[in-house]
Amino acid sequence: MTFRARHLLGVEPLAPAEITTLLDLAETYVALNRRTVKHGDALEGLTQINLFFEASTRTQSSFELAGKRLGADVMNMAVAQSSVKKGETLIDTALTLNAMQPDLLVVRHPNSGAVNLLASKVNCAVLNAGDGRHEHPTQALLDALTIRRAKGRLHRLTVAICGDIAHSRVARSNLILLGKMENRVRLVGPATLMPRGAADWGCEIHEDMRAGLQDADVVMMLRLQKERMDGGFIPSEREYFHRWGLDAEKLALAKPDAIVMHPGPMNRGVEIDGTIADDINRSVIQDQVEMGVAVRMAAMDLLARNLRAERGARAAGGGVYV
Amino acid sequence: MILHFQNARLIDPQALSDEPGSLTVQDGTIVALDGDAPEGATVIDCGGRCLAPGIVDWGVKIGEPGERHRESMRSAALAAAAGGVTTIVARPDTLPPIDTPEGLEFVTRRAAEQPVRIRHQAALTRAREGREMVEMGFLMDAGALAFTDGVRVVTDTRLLSRCMAYARGLGALIVGHPQDAGLSRGAAATAGKFASLYGIPAVSPMAERMGLERDLALAELTGVRWHADQITTAAALPVLDRARAAGLDVTAGASIHHLTLNEYDVGDYRTFFRLTPPLRSEDDRMALVEAVADGRIDVIGSFHTPQDEEAKRLPFEVAAPGAVGLETLLPAAMRLYHQGGVGLAQLWRALSLNPATRLGLPGGRLAAGTPADLVLFDPDAPFVLDRFALRSKSKNTPFDGTRMEGRVLGTWVGGTRVFGGDHG
Repeated sequence: MTFRARHLLGVEPLAPAEITTLLDLAETYVALNRRTVKHGDALEGLTQINLFFEASTRTQSSFELAGKRLGADVMNMAVAQSSVKKGETLIDTALTLNAMQPDLLVVRHPNSGAVNLLASKVNCAVLNAGDGRHEHPTQALLDALTIRRAKGRLHRLTVAICGDIAHSRVARSNLILLGKMENRVRLVGPATLMPRGAADWGCEIHEDMRAGLQDADVVMMLRLQKERMDGGFIPSEREYFHRWGLDAEKLALAKPDAIVMHPGPMNRGVEIDGTIADDINRSVIQDQVEMGVAVRMAAMDLLARNLRAERGARAAGGGVYV
Repeated sequence: MILHFQNARLIDPQALSDEPGSLTVQDGTIVALDGDAPEGATVIDCGGRCLAPGIVDWGVKIGEPGERHRESMRSAALAAAAGGVTTIVARPDTLPPIDTPEGLEFVTRRAAEQPVRIRHQAALTRAREGREMVEMGFLMDAGALAFTDGVRVVTDTRLLSRCMAYARGLGALIVGHPQDAGLSRGAAATAGKFASLYGIPAVSPMAERMGLERDLALAELTGVRWHADQITTAAALPVLDRARAAGLDVTAGASIHHLTLNEYDVGDYRTFFRLTPPLRSEDDRMALVEAVADGRIDVIGSFHTPQDEEAKRLPFEVAAPGAVGLETLLPAAMRLYHQGGVGLAQLWRALSLNPATRLGLPGGRLAAGTPADLVLFDPDAPFVLDRFALRSKSKNTPFDGTRMEGRVLGTWVGGTRVFGGDHG
């Protein structure tokens, strides 16, 4: 087994072999999840706490289901945000939860780096469920699994990531992961939603969506993150849809077998035409949700194995295992 | 009381020389260079170590009044003495801000009890709110060295131009923070590859150039004496050159942190590296070092900003900006010396002579008739910095755990030893 990480804070620290290990394990959980009886025992006896400082429905329920299917005791904590003293609650809450001896801590926070900060204060395994504009590793991993199953491989593909790149942690994690697996990544969107320095990331930048979609194998749409914007990024939603929304005409420029992805929740008619999203021949959006549960089961399983090995080694007085 | 420093390596920023020599002090004043020890003098053998004018650190935040838990006059002064800083030029961004003559008199009284010299700048506008001018004349009479709202940029250009015109009439010095307030709102890093990958709200380096262009245009309009507190980007340097070529009375400073660190030092969201302005690219840093060497940057300061532990134990973008620097200014500056390109005499021009001259202070030089504010240091002595060993009440230094060279062996203010020897 080549998965050594103690936490899953991002895809950036993962080696390609670790990504492959995780995806391979996730495949077995896809099979498990399709059975009538969906119980595994990999997390039997472990406590999983979902700590969400930012509202989430899909990611939180996906993590909850993943934990429950593997036998963990799952607790959800929705932490109300006071607008000023965010950080104090963060560290205090972390220390309080840590004292309850959880084994897996799933965290989402609106500030970049907040999950790293929290991970340095606790002694359980921490999974990043999205921090600010930084990373969302399980989303990138579930996207990778979806692509691998749809295209038969996860290398030498042309992937166009389109839309609000600047505010998107999904875009960052995907860009890093797809780059590690040797794919050709294009970022497509208006200059106002393109992060500065993106050209140094080893990807192509396209302001013209038609050029960006040309011969793409995968079209990954991003949600326009209205809640992260402090005004004035695009003139209007209808102009945005006209120029950067995915419709049949623009999709026709991609390869005939190109797949369409979206991390959800979708703004239909803003970044994606509803009929494209519902086209079962092109859209893999529902598969992404399914893969999400399997990937999260695999991630927590691997971290739990490392956690048990580390604790076993410590109990045996053998120092650090990893 | 006569002191005679012999066997010293004299760092003279005025003559730009770095040569062996001796120095004699009588009644707190330098009386001779290169003479023999007079009758009855206390002889201090420097052992070939460097003897330089004490550092004049322009832009230090002291938490008095209002935030003494972060830094008191006393703790700042002890830290300064240990760092070879003999004059602190404090910022007015206290709680409440130093914006009245009465407030200035209070801090001046407190400052008089301290082992190093502490002088104050006053706010430029009342409560630093950018709406009304302070009583500049009264404040100058009470001893204000300069006027500044610190990192709060006055966005009302009409008000700023009036402040400058009024200051021009008084001969007052205005210190600006070159930054475009709109572009830099909410920013915690410099826009670029690093900030984008780590998802930190960022500001373009262009915001500094825009702020500088604006302030210099108003300085040209009014003819005021103007100083930029911190220049941190390469793009701002040509703007400064043009203003000087046009004959404006303009000087510029830089923080030691921007001269020795770059944006990548932030690493894994380390909040001790969150500064205002944010750390810049390595290209900017190198351009700044070059500008110090050729004298385009006049002043180097620590921009000492004490923050308590809780203010830094937060996610990067919401953590309080700033770093302490009184004790680390000298060893950090030694990095520039050891990396080559900047000599000790050149460094001391920016650390003591230029700030003293610009602020109208008598010290900052090794000349007969000037106050004996001196620092004796070993530029090569290595050590590993432990932040909990700092004398400052706040321990937020980005140099914690790093290897540094340059140790202060003794500090004298007006001929009185305030650090080293019996002072520990």
